[in-house]
Amino acid sequence: MSVSGAAGARIGVVTFPGTLDDRDAQRAVRVAGATPVPLWHGDADLGGVDAVVLPGGFSYGDYLRAGAIARFAPVMTSLVDAAKGGLPVLGICNGFQMLTESHLLPGSMIKNERLTFICRDQVLRVENAGTAWTNEFAAGEEITIPLKNQDGQYVADERTLDELEGEGRVVFRYVGGNPNGSRRDIAGISNARGNVVGLMPHPEHAVEAGFGPDGAAGLRSGTDGLRFFTSALTSLLATA
Amino acid sequence: MSTAATTSENHPSGTPDTVEGAATTPDLELPYRSLGLKDNEYADIVTILGRRPTAAELAMYSVMWSEHCSYKSSKKHLRQFGDKTTEAMREHLLVGIGENAGVVDIGGGWAVTFKVESHNHPSYVEPYQGAATGVGGIVRDIISMGARPVAIMDQLRFGAIDHPDTARVVHGVVGGVGGYGNSLGLPNIGGETEFDPCYQGNPLVNALCVGVLRHEDIHLASATGVGNKVVLFGARTGGDGIGGASILASETFEGGVPTKRPSVQVGDPFMEKVLIECCLELFHAGLVEGIQDLGAAGISCATSELASNGDGGMHVDLESVLLRDPSLTAGEILMSESQERMMAVVTPAKLEAFLAVTAKWDVETAVIGEVNDSGRLTIDHFGHRIVDVDPRTVAHEGPVYDRPFARPAWQDALNADGVTAAGLALPTSPEEVREQLLTLVASPNLASASWITDQYDRYVQGNTALAMPDDAGVIRVDESTGLGVAIATDANGRFAKLDPYTGAQHALAEAYRNVATTGARPLAVTDCLNFGSPEDPDSMWQLVEAITGLADACQVLGVPVTGGNVSLYNGTGEPGRIDSSINPTPVVGVLGVLDDVAHATPSGWRGAGETIVLLGTTRAELDGSVWADVVHGHLGGLPPQLDLAAEKALAAILVNASRDDLVLAAHDLSKGGLGQSLVDAALRFGVGARIDLTALLTRDGVDLATALFSESTARAIVAVPRGSEVALADLCSARGFPLVRIGETTEDGVLEIDGLELGLDELRAASTGTLARHFG
Repeated sequence: MSVSGAAGARIGVVTFPGTLDDRDAQRAVRVAGATPVPLWHGDADLGGVDAVVLPGGFSYGDYLRAGAIARFAPVMTSLVDAAKGGLPVLGICNGFQMLTESHLLPGSMIKNERLTFICRDQVLRVENAGTAWTNEFAAGEEITIPLKNQDGQYVADERTLDELEGEGRVVFRYVGGNPNGSRRDIAGISNARGNVVGLMPHPEHAVEAGFGPDGAAGLRSGTDGLRFFTSALTSLLATA
Repeated sequence: MSTAATTSENHPSGTPDTVEGAATTPDLELPYRSLGLKDNEYADIVTILGRRPTAAELAMYSVMWSEHCSYKSSKKHLRQFGDKTTEAMREHLLVGIGENAGVVDIGGGWAVTFKVESHNHPSYVEPYQGAATGVGGIVRDIISMGARPVAIMDQLRFGAIDHPDTARVVHGVVGGVGGYGNSLGLPNIGGETEFDPCYQGNPLVNALCVGVLRHEDIHLASATGVGNKVVLFGARTGGDGIGGASILASETFEGGVPTKRPSVQVGDPFMEKVLIECCLELFHAGLVEGIQDLGAAGISCATSELASNGDGGMHVDLESVLLRDPSLTAGEILMSESQERMMAVVTPAKLEAFLAVTAKWDVETAVIGEVNDSGRLTIDHFGHRIVDVDPRTVAHEGPVYDRPFARPAWQDALNADGVTAAGLALPTSPEEVREQLLTLVASPNLASASWITDQYDRYVQGNTALAMPDDAGVIRVDESTGLGVAIATDANGRFAKLDPYTGAQHALAEAYRNVATTGARPLAVTDCLNFGSPEDPDSMWQLVEAITGLADACQVLGVPVTGGNVSLYNGTGEPGRIDSSINPTPVVGVLGVLDDVAHATPSGWRGAGETIVLLGTTRAELDGSVWADVVHGHLGGLPPQLDLAAEKALAAILVNASRDDLVLAAHDLSKGGLGQSLVDAALRFGVGARIDLTALLTRDGVDLATALFSESTARAIVAVPRGSEVALADLCSARGFPLVRIGETTEDGVLEIDGLELGLDELRAASTGTLARHFG
């Protein structure tokens, strides 16, 4: 499944030292039908891309705090400005951590409740199908994508959580058991405008049959993650 | 701190211990014994040099001549792997034994390099860092070949699950493997976990890495081209791991003097990840003539091996090495095992471009020397010549021992004490069989390892087609065609204790079978030989038998050993006793190739209505089995009969059946026998089955308990889609291979075996509860 007429869309994927899932995110963009554009942490130029993915990994070793050093990379300064101007930005795992560290999204991530790294196929409920990255889902739809992280417990103060809930900015919630102690089972959130989305699970690892999570159609058949990327293309076409 | 340092600092003249000074102070006593060198070895060094070594030279020789680096006790016997590799077996070998890792041609211009290595002793001393740097070391070996690392596997063996010290080691080791591997972006696609009291003081932490490269990208560790620069890049050199290589691997550290407990290296996976990407960019741009990773023996090893493999001469100015701790002495710098370092040979014309790439990745780099044609490795430290040696005498012409070995005095009694002789009772009533099956399913070595494997990233890189708990890990290599590889590793220390020759062969046969169950054609072998002290004739006999058995079996199966590792001195008991050392544990990894990984066969049943067929013959073979261990706490007798021709036939059937879509699932039978395999296949996707073993019991003349618990080899269960039963039978009969239909999958969430009902929920709780309960 790819969005026709989207081949002209260029989606940037930023590589920081210690980024791990950059090539995977590039593949996901390609599978969705767009052109991936590698971006470098040290380069403030976003190359005129139509959207940006901040991929997972351990940027700068996650030393100090996950995403805390990456937030100061030259590319992030440009990205924060562009995001405030409406550029679609998806932060996955470490990318989500960077978005909270750079205050594009509220809250923060701490170590998983049981302190260990967790790798599993995770069911999520799409709570908001109106963002730039979720418009191809139906609200309330349950999807399965891999979860894999060490610092995945989403925390924020009660007022922020209430605000997120009230404004419909809780985009994904964990279903079938909270894996990491995240407040109110929150797996992903968005900014008020809906162009910036961050989540801990990895949609880019559920885009190709045979290499995703186990799905109804069989072994590793899950491709629910692909619609994150086609959603972005759809929203780009809509605004073009 | 190291004794070499002390010597240098305390030199009578107050100046560094120079080559010139060594010639004029021939009688100066050097502390070679505490560096692990024997009297005869020190005498050899003096003969080679024609004078006493300097402190720095002593540091180099002591680490490079250690068991860990020189293979001095095993070298004589390891030659069998090369000698027994026929021309036909070399067909797919691009690089064989002797380099950092072997390289295998998998077609389409693609090559794969893989190796398994041990980091046992450090992992007992400091489990987290020991395991983490074990992963780091094997990954650097793979990078050194010019390959992108694409997956890792870990083979872990711990003491008794309920021993008070085991949790310490388990938490540290699993945390270290995960913490390092996950941070590198390498999917962990499988491995082994075993608990046995024999590993209490000697846990085994083996790690395998597989890398992918194009044929033209192969890089080797050699320093050629006079005038080329020797460049050290990556992490700075610090005081960690000094002497680790020589002392940890030289003698048991239990009961040793305190100085025999050197610091374990500390890893920084972030640095390693950056180093991987930096090296790949350097390779891609063609900026590297030769490359070597820094592992055991650090700069001593890298300089002497590069020089020895190349034009034979190199000069190094040691003060150019970037240090974490400026107080390090020359000897310490040479011995330091600081992690995440690489050494490259670069032409002067490309040096600037090389430095630009390392600068891009913020990797600190120093030009420390130059290749020459002197035939000598010379090292200066602030203008003082502290090393002047023939590099071959350091790297490749170390001592070789023909250690005495003999069949242990206790071996015959052990072999005579089989299950029958010991009078171990098999369960007779169906209730007893059911109860014992559940006990086995929950036993530490058959229980689900998901508590461990769920802490490892199996998705990163997006090419994982199969991972644990399937029989082998499967990784896509070529995204356009689906070409990929399957890898499985196995070892059975209990079988190897009963008979090390066939025990090693069992490990090979099982890994070979596991690769074939996925539909992959087995192609090549790597091994990690974990044994006791080579100075104990009993352990040495086990080692020689295992090597011989493995080499012989590789020849029969037509799969060459491409590289590996030997870990000795895994023992803390009195020599000569049955419990002196660990069960001999030859870990064998087999790599196979799949034309399209999307076609890989999983181990579990997928849906109702599939016919379940057992391939192979079941005999009453319970000696050394998990059943004997768990139900009776017994180890004795002889391992199951091994029929390599049958293994070969079974693999061919499994590969062809997969290719022709005759099987939906395939799972090998090994530890725990048929009972465990049925449970595994059912739990994989939560699909039950109705099993009727009547035809099997009649054909093979065994009772129900034997049929379920025997560990006869060359067997597998397959799930066959409706309508393909005849085609599969034809495939088997063409090879004279026995098969029997034993049941079909059902919709009711129950595994029913000859009327015994086992709910999948009950089985899952038994299987997943064990590790979580002990370590949760």
